Formats: sequence, structure tokens, C-alpha cells
Amino acid sequence: MKLSCDVNVKHLTRVEGHGNIQIKIQDGRVKQANWEVVETPRFFEAMLVGKHWENAPYICGRICGICSIGHTLASIRAVENAFNIIPSTQTAKLRLLLKHMETLQSHILHLYFLAAPDFLGTGSVLPLAKSNPEEVQRALRLKLLANDACDIIGGRRLHPTRTVVGGFTMLPEKKQLDQIRRRLNACVPDLLAAAELFKTFTIPDFSRETEFVSLKADENYPFIGGSLISTDGVIKKEADYRQMTNEYCKKGFTSKLSKLSRKSFAVGALARLNNNFAFLHPTAQNISTELGLTPVNHNPYMCNVAQLVECVHIVFDSLSLIEDLLNSPWQEERQPVKAIKGKGVGAVEVPRGILYHYYEFDGKGKIVAADCVIPTSQNHANIHHDIQALAKQYAESGTKDQNIELLAEMLVRAYDPCISCSVH
Amino acid sequence: MDQQLSYLGVPLTRPKVAFFDFTSCEGCQLQILNNEATLLDFLNLVEIVNFREGMSEKSDNYDIAFIEGSISRPDEIKRLEAIRHNAKIVVALGSCACFGGVNQLKNRFNDLNWVKKEVYGDFPIETIEVHPLEKYVQVDLKIYGCPIKKEEVEKIVTNLVVGKSITSPEYPVCMECKANENICLFELGEPCLGPVTRAGCDAWCTNNRRGCWGCRGPADVANVRQLEEIMHKYGFSNETMLDRLECFGGFASLTKEIKKTKKPAAKRKK
Repeated sequence: MKLSCDVNVKHLTRVEGHGNIQIKIQDGRVKQANWEVVETPRFFEAMLVGKHWENAPYICGRICGICSIGHTLASIRAVENAFNIIPSTQTAKLRLLLKHMETLQSHILHLYFLAAPDFLGTGSVLPLAKSNPEEVQRALRLKLLANDACDIIGGRRLHPTRTVVGGFTMLPEKKQLDQIRRRLNACVPDLLAAAELFKTFTIPDFSRETEFVSLKADENYPFIGGSLISTDGVIKKEADYRQMTNEYCKKGFTSKLSKLSRKSFAVGALARLNNNFAFLHPTAQNISTELGLTPVNHNPYMCNVAQLVECVHIVFDSLSLIEDLLNSPWQEERQPVKAIKGKGVGAVEVPRGILYHYYEFDGKGKIVAADCVIPTSQNHANIHHDIQALAKQYAESGTKDQNIELLAEMLVRAYDPCISCSVH
Repeated sequence: MDQQLSYLGVPLTRPKVAFFDFTSCEGCQLQILNNEATLLDFLNLVEIVNFREGMSEKSDNYDIAFIEGSISRPDEIKRLEAIRHNAKIVVALGSCACFGGVNQLKNRFNDLNWVKKEVYGDFPIETIEVHPLEKYVQVDLKIYGCPIKKEEVEKIVTNLVVGKSITSPEYPVCMECKANENICLFELGEPCLGPVTRAGCDAWCTNNRRGCWGCRGPADVANVRQLEEIMHKYGFSNETMLDRLECFGGFASLTKEIKKTKKPAAKRKK
């Protein structure tokens, strides 16, 4: 029997922000398949114009409630690049550790609270607290550890207080870092158990050939700064990010959209993994292979698995960062800042993909122009094309309305979109 | 989770609670989920019936509506009015809901067309001047902060459930900061709104050697003229002070007064 269905999801749940899914299929033919973003924009780029440089990281961190640390760090990097400030090794390591902890808490939040209910057949994590108490406790433990580490290093888990241009206002005590190290060591079994749980999930069988964009590995799996790469072979400098993002507007869509070699591309954990698999920690690589994820993987639902693999990598990398920090003398440091006329770009891999902040300053250090390119806005067009391909696949093979609705919802959730961010 | 709750032997009903968001970063809602250690206790205290960011089930039958975000589009006004109609108690959650938050910074240009063009070029996206919730509906309770402090929220919600009175400190952050024995940030060369901002955050930023930017709005006894004197004494310009005072919108009436003698915000020529 040929499939006919009418799926209309207004304000998709368990994602950050407001987006709609519409799929209309008649007699096995896709009439309509759309991803629509209706979130109210906030106009951050305009807000910043005329403001002194020190406002940028403070205000821009507030673009996002989930990855405020990533936004703050990208903003700081853009300002530092404009003023020719090079962070010390200690600052760079502390920032990366802070970034790791944000990624860990964000990935765990997404995997357990937003994505897992679909795989376990519930509407939210609340019933799971009853049916799978151990899993939920495990997730809360991991998230608490990551959030506590963000408090200790960044001063606050959300909208960090200690992170400033030039360094930190305050450093954590070494004994606090040592405690984080112990807790990280203790959480390894939790992560391995999470991997076992994910092995029991059925990842939907769907793939669409996609271009993946991320930072390019130099010596390590990259998170802060460096060159940009795509799986279609494009390589650009950080300062030339606009050649990578090619943002454009579409009528009625409140987020901007991006494209590169094809009509859309994807960023995020799967893109990072596809580009830089060889640089993952060996344990993370093994888990990835066991879960059927090796590069280049074109199944967007695998983004969930990629996030889990990254959690494993992050825990091991954080342990080695803490080791280095504990073995070096602590330097209280905040470099002096001298504003100069110029432009700066900061590219940072935040949980949902590569994020760019760009500012142009006049001689007094006032912002003349600002541009922020958000991972989710880079993903929107790709999500849209995925939904079209998904609708087509199931229109031909035939399935129930409910199935296609759930699969489409799970597809969008796999990208872990941060829609507020994308219409900053 | 379904056991009967009681307080001092008196049985309590778990209120039906809904969370909603308007123009915002959704960080304040996330702060609720960020309460790992006490999250399950908190969930025991209330019955969450609507929380789009966290669950698929939805209901319009709720007692308390927690609303995050400011209002910046006409359709948001309608949605807000409908929530007000359904809820017994409306709680403004965070600086955006209470004052407009960072979003209201775009109001300072007095030119929405320029703002739209600066961001979207020739594809203007609808927006109106940013306002807090109480511009459009009655707000019964405000929880301040950018972000809100989870301990404070839990205390407020507990008091709400057991029927205790809820008060915010009238004194400024400076009092809490002094009580925490921090070195005054002015002495460290950092401007700070601690002397005028409403306390209740336990000097969250200044404990971390970051000057206060006034996210909780003015204390009942805020003396902004005195703040101006302190800023000048330590060599900070009016602009530095205004950057902070106008950041979250809580001091809007005061910044208007200070700015009266000044030109409107400079825009970039296209």
C-alpha cells in the first residue's frame, strides 16, 4: 500500500529552542518535507556595535544557556586575536579543560535527557528515573562532575565569571583540580556502562552523503583554534572562516543558513569525528569501532554515538591536562590588554559543532562590527535536506505516520540543535 | 515519587508546574536541570506538566507558570497572555523575564530598522522593542539573576509549595561580598555594581573576582549617585559604569536619567 501521511510537529520538544517539522506524503510521493525555525531572534551582532571590547565576551556568553562557556571562549579568542594577545600555556590548558567539562556536561545532558527517552520509548527522562534508576543516577553523576569542574575552573557552570581576555580573574586551587582528577578516574566505569547501554539501542538505518566541517587536527583532536577542514577536501585558515560558512538568509526562516561544496553541510560531534578520528584517545577509538562508528559515517543518527565517543576522549584528555597542570608551578596570571585597531576571529568546537566569533575594533577598542556563526545555523539546511531524504525513503518503503514522526523528531534531536543560539 | 508530602504534619499538594520560554538563551530553565544533586528531590516537590526543553508531554492545566525570557515579537504577547490566563501564579524567571535582560540592549539605538539591517541585511526579520513580562501581564513573583541561582530557586519554590512568605533581600550585593571577606574589587582595579545591585546571589561574581554587572537589578536602597562618585574616585569613566548599568535592563530608569545629557548610541554607517 502506498504511504500517505501528514506530520505536523509544532515546537519540537526535547531540543533547545523552537522549531517545527512538517512532512506531507500522498500516495507514496513526498509533497512537503520541511524543517522550520521560528525562534525569536535577539540581534546580538547589533547589540555589540559601539560597545567597548570588554563587553563582548560578557554579553556574547549569554547567546547560549548550554554552551555559554564555548561562546565566552570563542569571543575571548576573537578579541585576543584582534589585539595580538597569545594566551600562556597554563591559560590555554585551563581553557581547554573548562571547554572539555562543558562538552561533557552538554553531551551527557543531550544523550540521557533529550535523546535516550526516544530509544527507551518514553516522553522524557522522568519515567526513566523510576524504570532505569541506575542509568539516570549515572547520568546525573557524570553531569554533576562536569558541572562542578566548570564551577571550579570557570567560576560558574553557566555564564562563567572567571574567564576574561588575557587569562583568568582567579585560578582554581590545585587540590580542587586533584579532586576533579579523582572523580574523572572514578567516572570511567560509568562511561563504559553508558557505551553498553548505547549498544542496546537500535540506531535508525538511514544515511545521506554529507559534507562534514570541523577544526582540523594538528597534533591533537582539536577544540580551540587552528585550521578548518571539510570531508570534501576544503581547507581554510581560521581567519578565512567566511569562505567556509557562506551564510545566507531565507525568507521566513529566523536563522541564517550555510553551505560549502554542496547545498548544505554538517558540523558537530559526528563531523569532528569524521575529520579527526585518528586523533581520538585509543579507548575512545575502540568504543567508536565497537558501536559501528568509523569515518566517514553519513548516518546523522550516529551523532549520538559520536557524542558518547567524545565523552570518553574528553575524560582521558582531561586527566592528562590535569596531570600537566598539577606538575607545573601555578602562575597567577591575567595578561594586560592593550586595545588596537583591528579584526579578530575565534573558532572553537563547542558541543554542537564549530562556532566562530568575529569582531572589528576601532583604535579605542570599540566594536565597529560583529559576526557570530553558530553551529546549529550551519546545520539547519542539512537537517532540512535530511528530513526530505528521510521522508522520501519512508514514502517509498512505507511506514506509519507515528513512525515517521518519531524518526523525524529523533533525526532533529540527533543534531542536538541549539535553536536559540542559531538565531542569536 | 508519589508518596504524600507533608510539612510539620500538614499534608501538602504537589502543585502542577509549567515552564515556558520567550526571547532568551534558555539558560535559566537549564539551571533547574543543572541541579543534579537535588534534582530528584525537587521533582518530588512539584508535578511538572509542561517543560518543552525536557519532556514531550504537554498540558495546559497548571498552577504555577515559570516564564523565562523577554518579549520581542507580537506573537509572544499572545502566547504570554494565554499562559497568564491559565496560571494561578506567574513567576518571571531570570533577568530577561524581569527586566528584558541583555536583549534590551538593542533598544538603545532607538532604530529597529537599523538593528534588523545590521544582522539580516535585506531579509528583515520581525522584532519589536524588547520588554519584560510585566509590561504585558501581571507578574506575581520575580526570581532575579543572569543566570538565576539554583539554590535560590529551590528555596523560593519550597516556600511557595509550603505556603511560606517569599522575600528578596533589600540590601545590595556589596553586603554579601563584605560578609564573604572578599577584597573589594575597586581596590583590585575592577569596576563593580555591587554597591547598588540587589543581593541574594551571595556575591556570585565578586567571589570569583569578577565585578558585578547588575544582573539582579537595583537594591531597594540603591544610591546610584554615590556609585558614580566611587567610579570616578577609582578612575572609571561614566561609559564604563553605563556599560554595566544598562547591560540587563534592571537600571533602565536610572540609566535614562544619566544618559539624558548624552547622545543616543552610535550606529555604524552602512
